[in-house]
Amino acid sequence: MTGAARTRFTRGATAAIPLLFVAIVPLQRGIDRYRASMSAPEELWVGSGTLLKTISMGYDALLADIYWTRAVQYYGAHFETGSSQFKELYPLMSIALTLDPRLTVVPRGGSILLSEPNPIGAGRPDQAVELLQQAIVGKHDDWQLYASLGFVYYWYMKDYGHASQVYLEGSQYPGAPIWMKGMAARIAELGGSRDTSVMVWSQIYQTATEPRARENAKQHLMALHAQADIEELQKIVDNYSGHIPRLTSLRDLVEDRVLPDVPVDPAGYAYVLNSSGVVTVNPASSVRMDILDAGKHDKAAE
Amino acid sequence: MMAGTVAINTFREAVRDRVLYNLIFFALAMMAAAVFVGQITIGIERLVIINLGLTAISLIGTVMAIFIGVGLVYKEMEKRTLYSLLAKPVRRWEFLVGKFAGLVLTLAVNTALMTLGLAAALFYVTRGFSRADTSILVAVYFILLELALVTALALFFSCFPTPMLSTLLTLGLFVAGQFSTALREYGHVAHNRALELLLGAIYYLLPNFHNFNAIGAVAHGDAIPGALILHNTLYAVLYITVVLLGASAIFANMDLK
Amino acid sequence: MVRSLDNLTFQVEEGEVFGFLGPNGAGKTTTLKCVMGLIFPTSGTARVFGRGIDDVQMHQEIGYLPEQPYFYDYLTARELLDYFARFFGYSAAEREDRVAHFLERVQLTRFADVQLRKFSKGMLQRAGIAQAILHEPKVVFLDEPMSGLDPIGRREVRDIILELKEKGRTVFFSTHVLSDAEMLCDRVAVLAGGKLQGIGSPAEIVSIEVHGMEILCDIAAGRQLPAALAAHAVRSGNRYRIQVPEAQLYGVLDQLRDSEARILSVAALRPTLEDYFIQMVEHPKGAPPAAASAGEQP
Repeated sequence: MTGAARTRFTRGATAAIPLLFVAIVPLQRGIDRYRASMSAPEELWVGSGTLLKTISMGYDALLADIYWTRAVQYYGAHFETGSSQFKELYPLMSIALTLDPRLTVVPRGGSILLSEPNPIGAGRPDQAVELLQQAIVGKHDDWQLYASLGFVYYWYMKDYGHASQVYLEGSQYPGAPIWMKGMAARIAELGGSRDTSVMVWSQIYQTATEPRARENAKQHLMALHAQADIEELQKIVDNYSGHIPRLTSLRDLVEDRVLPDVPVDPAGYAYVLNSSGVVTVNPASSVRMDILDAGKHDKAAE
Repeated sequence: MMAGTVAINTFREAVRDRVLYNLIFFALAMMAAAVFVGQITIGIERLVIINLGLTAISLIGTVMAIFIGVGLVYKEMEKRTLYSLLAKPVRRWEFLVGKFAGLVLTLAVNTALMTLGLAAALFYVTRGFSRADTSILVAVYFILLELALVTALALFFSCFPTPMLSTLLTLGLFVAGQFSTALREYGHVAHNRALELLLGAIYYLLPNFHNFNAIGAVAHGDAIPGALILHNTLYAVLYITVVLLGASAIFANMDLK
Repeated sequence: MVRSLDNLTFQVEEGEVFGFLGPNGAGKTTTLKCVMGLIFPTSGTARVFGRGIDDVQMHQEIGYLPEQPYFYDYLTARELLDYFARFFGYSAAEREDRVAHFLERVQLTRFADVQLRKFSKGMLQRAGIAQAILHEPKVVFLDEPMSGLDPIGRREVRDIILELKEKGRTVFFSTHVLSDAEMLCDRVAVLAGGKLQGIGSPAEIVSIEVHGMEILCDIAAGRQLPAALAAHAVRSGNRYRIQVPEAQLYGVLDQLRDSEARILSVAALRPTLEDYFIQMVEHPKGAPPAAASAGEQP
């Protein structure tokens, strides 16, 4: 073509292209809808870790990293959208572990994400146990795996019998810290007590490398600390028989010289006394008592 | 139809280029491997063979589409066969469409052959076909749509005399189109409205190859909704039209030094 | 800014053999490509039979041999011609006939079923000519048709061009083999530096004025050439080449006869197309001479 015909064609094509793109948008939307309704786990690409390992032709370590990264992204995406569905989280992690049994971040970091109840995690400590057991099969002398497993049994599943066993077993492997044996004994003895919990969470806080895991541990420690404070304060309030006929706030106790000052929680906020006479954490505080619900320990241990 | 003439010739050329035979041989070898792998993993032979087989068909087809596609126009420009051709009563856009159709035809024939191999392997392992197996044909059809789209993109870049760059760009678009959902999800998660809008726009602009991935579903025996088949077909047709229009507009104005 | 073609304007008449001459880089191939619609001129148009190159139907009437053609590696010569023939709407039987006929015409029948990647340059050139003329177009454009051919091949191409002319076809070919142009062309144009340097019949371009005569002779051993002549002679062994003004021709011949020289040839010295060509190329003119008829801007 020369001159006019060419220009006409070029102009026509250039005008048609954006119009066609506009038509594509609703099509794509439709496709997304239909694909969402299909149940197949497309996230996994290939659903079997062993198969993947066979065909990955030596790139297993790389694939393992990719799968772990995808697991974390999957977690992030679902966490942000407030979804309570973490269906593919365990499969992704399990595949990553199959591909590289020495990638310890997967069972250790992954077990927390799996165990934490909604909305923080998947709420599936049973899957965390499976994951850790899979890891132990691949690397049976890694004390950290036992520590993680013991923790899941202890905190999330309240299975003190298994927790104690696991801590004990892990304690005999090279590099295991001294406290593991002690922990095994304490748990067996006392079941779930607050002191044990504090000890366990402190260990996690000190040994965790992932910032989110550390933050999580810190939240738990603060909450446990606050819980202890509240119990003490509650005792004081309940047994108060001083001059003020009816306590409306903890300030009253200070005025009556029962307390030197209104105690503050680990975040620096003063505890408050609500209208029903129950001591609680200040609503403005960043200490979150609800995270203790997962690990509510009974004094009456089994 | 002039484009048809160009298409048949493109098909003939591709078939005679011996590179193709090596690829088909490789694909058939994969099928044989699938049968052996099926022996290792008890109870999921069907799953494994379908997964492996369809993935092999898809990957090999994509490699062929990219590497042959990127040479479609470029080779004719470089070898100057284009000069004698365009002196004939054929328009430049007819030439492009013909090259596209010829390669898609080649890929279709190869895919059909490999699917036969897959069917044979499946039959060998499961001793019979079930109704669920018909969805495998749907998955193959989706793969064909995907290959046609890759071919269109490769053809577009083939108009430029930069074979290395063209290959990389086509490959890059293919990869981007596979992971475009992740890109959009990132936009949701990033708490930045402008970024979210931008990534959303990019999502619709990119050729979304993940639309055509039904391998997992089919391996698990799920049925594929007819509406999805229709949507995917329309999507492929529209997107391919866009790409071919763009290529035609550029090629029509190109000086063929 | 470098212009590959500068204000090129000319017209080719129907039925003539038109030669397009110029050194490498003069713009001959560029001109042909502009006419073929392969590249687009910055300004101007090219028309064949009054129709622009974007008129695809007009392509039925033209044939084109590009410079140094390659073809599809994996097709045979027969398949190539058959492929190109399909664009003209012939029936299968017609195609078969035509392909056979033109393969014969370019002496490729023996290699009809050999893949083109095994062809020599000369064979490719012949295949190229075949594909340019197999639909018997009214106008044939040939870019360096003699290139890569041995003397036999070149004679065959010359014969083809003459045959086309006899059938009333128009042939436009570019070349830098000047003797061919002199022999075949009704008119030639000389291109240098993208500019038209001269256009007209070879005879018009080259003056017929005789500049002198040249005598070729052998002197027998032991004899000598007259001293006056020896000064104007070029010697090679016993052979002498003597240039003399036309008026003195017979006097010199007498002297040679007296010396018992053996006369081998007597020829007129005229500038050839080659001389003109070299002169034009070395001293390009600013504007083309007025020998061209009014035509459209290319």
